[in-house]
Parts: sequence; C-alpha cells; structure tokens
Amino acid sequence: MSKFGKGEKRGMPALNTSSLPDLIFTILFFFMIVTTMREVTLMVEFKVPKGTEIEKMTKKSLVSYIYVGKPTREWRPRVGSGTQIQLNDKFASLYEVQDYVYQEREAMKEIDKPFMKVSLKVDRDTRMGIVTDIKQELRKAWALNINYSADNRN
Amino acid sequence: MGKRSVPELNSSSTADISFILLIFFLTTTSMDTDRGLARRLPPPPEDHLEQEDTKVKERNVLQVRINAMDELMLGSEIADVSQIREIAKEFIDNPENLPNLPDKTARDIDFFGTVYITDKHVISLQSDRGTSYSKYFEVQNELVAAYNELRDELSRRKFGKPYLELPEEQQVAVRSYYPMKISEAEPKNYGTR
Repeated sequence: MSKFGKGEKRGMPALNTSSLPDLIFTILFFFMIVTTMREVTLMVEFKVPKGTEIEKMTKKSLVSYIYVGKPTREWRPRVGSGTQIQLNDKFASLYEVQDYVYQEREAMKEIDKPFMKVSLKVDRDTRMGIVTDIKQELRKAWALNINYSADNRN
Repeated sequence: MGKRSVPELNSSSTADISFILLIFFLTTTSMDTDRGLARRLPPPPEDHLEQEDTKVKERNVLQVRINAMDELMLGSEIADVSQIREIAKEFIDNPENLPNLPDKTARDIDFFGTVYITDKHVISLQSDRGTSYSKYFEVQNELVAAYNELRDELSRRKFGKPYLELPEEQQVAVRSYYPMKISEAEPKNYGTR
C-alpha cells in the first residue's frame, strides 16, 4: 500500500529524446540561412590587412572576388612561391582579370549589373605593383566599385 | 475489432540523420561576412581626353606619396602614418580659411542652408610598385578615418547625434558637406631608381 514501495520500478526513467531531431533541425536551418556556400577553394594564402574604418559588405550576389597572395604549400612545387592571382578556381595572369569581370557581369541579373562590386582579398605583404595593375585592369573593364577586404583592428 | 493500433515508427535515427546534415552544412559553408574599405575607381582614361586633364589648383591638392621603402610624404614633407589623420582633417575642413588650404565655395545643402565647403579639394594618393599593401591600406584607412571623424563631429554639432545614428537624409547632407575625394592616381614608378 505504500507509495514508495514497489522495488522493481526503481531506476531512472529513460529521457524522452523525441524532440531531439527537431532541435537539430532548427540548428541546421539556422546554419543554412546564415551561411553561404563556399564557392572557391583557396589556392593562395592571404592575411588581409587590419583597419578601423571597415564597413560590412552587403549583398553577396553582387560581389566577385579576386584573391592575391602566395600559393599554398601544395601548389608551391608547381607554380613557385611568388605572388599569384586567383580567379575562381585557378591561378590567373593579369590579362585574365578583364575577362573574369566580363564573365561575372554576364552572369548577373540585368538590374544588378551597374552595382557590381569586386572585392580584393589581398595579402598584407603583397607589393603594390600587382595591386595597381589589377586596379588598372578593373578600370578598363569598368568594374569601378571595389572593396579592399580587411579585418577589424582590435 | 476496429481498434487496431498502428505501431509507432521508430524515429530514434532522425537525430543522427539531421546531425549528418548539420555537419555537412557546417563544413561546406562559410559564415565570414566580408568587410573592407569600399572605394570607387575613376573610369578608364580615354586617350584623347587624357591631355586636357582638369587642372586643379595647387592649394586644393594634398599629395600623399608612399615610396618603395614604405616611407610617407605628405605634401612636401616626410610624415608618419599617425600624423595623416590630423593633417588630412585640417586640409579637408580648412576651418580658418587659410590661403594655403583648399578654397571654399558656397553650396546649398539640406538642413545646413548655404554653407562654405571645400568641395574642390582632392587627396591624391600615390604609391610605388614596391610599396607594401599593408602600408597602403593603413594610409587609406587613415584618410577614410579623417573623413569619418569630420562627419561625426559635424553631425554631433548639428544634430547632437553620432553620424551613424542619423536618418538617411541627414547622412546624405553630412556626406555632401564633406564629400570624400580620394584620388588613386595613375601609377608611377619612382623611388626605385
């Protein structure tokens, strides 16, 4: 008759995990929304410079990227350790920058084309010569909105 | 007879499946928001127009030069990165209307009425091919900082609020009070010989 008596029903009741999938799905959806697919595999190493007046870039669909830096270790035997430009998934020469801009622009919606932006992800230790050359090529291709990618200082 | 209960589906593996999906998304996506200094390049030079480049008066130009050794020159003096901001601010604002700093013209700006602003000034930034990108960026950053500080001071004086908290129209007004004019000059090769 006692409330506490029944010996065999001791022990922890199993935790109800039926809501666990929902939980994980929520996290999954969160990540699907806030992240973007990684578009290129980086073949150059770069550390962007630090600044204080950094602004966030909006509208990822308008942005094309140009990476400049030293090749990663696995590429060094093939291309050497000099500064390289990476466009999409391959190393490129300076003369391909214009073509790249045209291609990227072609892939955009008509209304977005004037707002095209080019983000320059350039390593800190790069010499300005190559950056200036790229800027000149961008000017020739009428890609005038550029963005020097950087990190926040502090 | 009618009450046959349907056995419940075993859903204990759903968690694992969604975990796998989660991990897939974690690895293939990136969350990095791109930040940086936005700049606008001048349109490409047209050959026949190149000669008749609009002459800018000497007092309206602040030359910032960086050589291959990352040394800095402001106007005709050697300077340090830490000095740029103050010098640039004084140059852009010309608070005492000095004759060697940019001349002012009257402009009508919303919220401000008719004001005298130095809208003809140009900061010309020239770098050598051997300049390091980090130095160049540092200088760019300081120049933008000069503009941002001026705008912020003006907005606090006028509206009692920091620039970033102003509504859009007022920001536009403040922006046209201090228009950003950093010219990235045509590349030149000097300082290497």
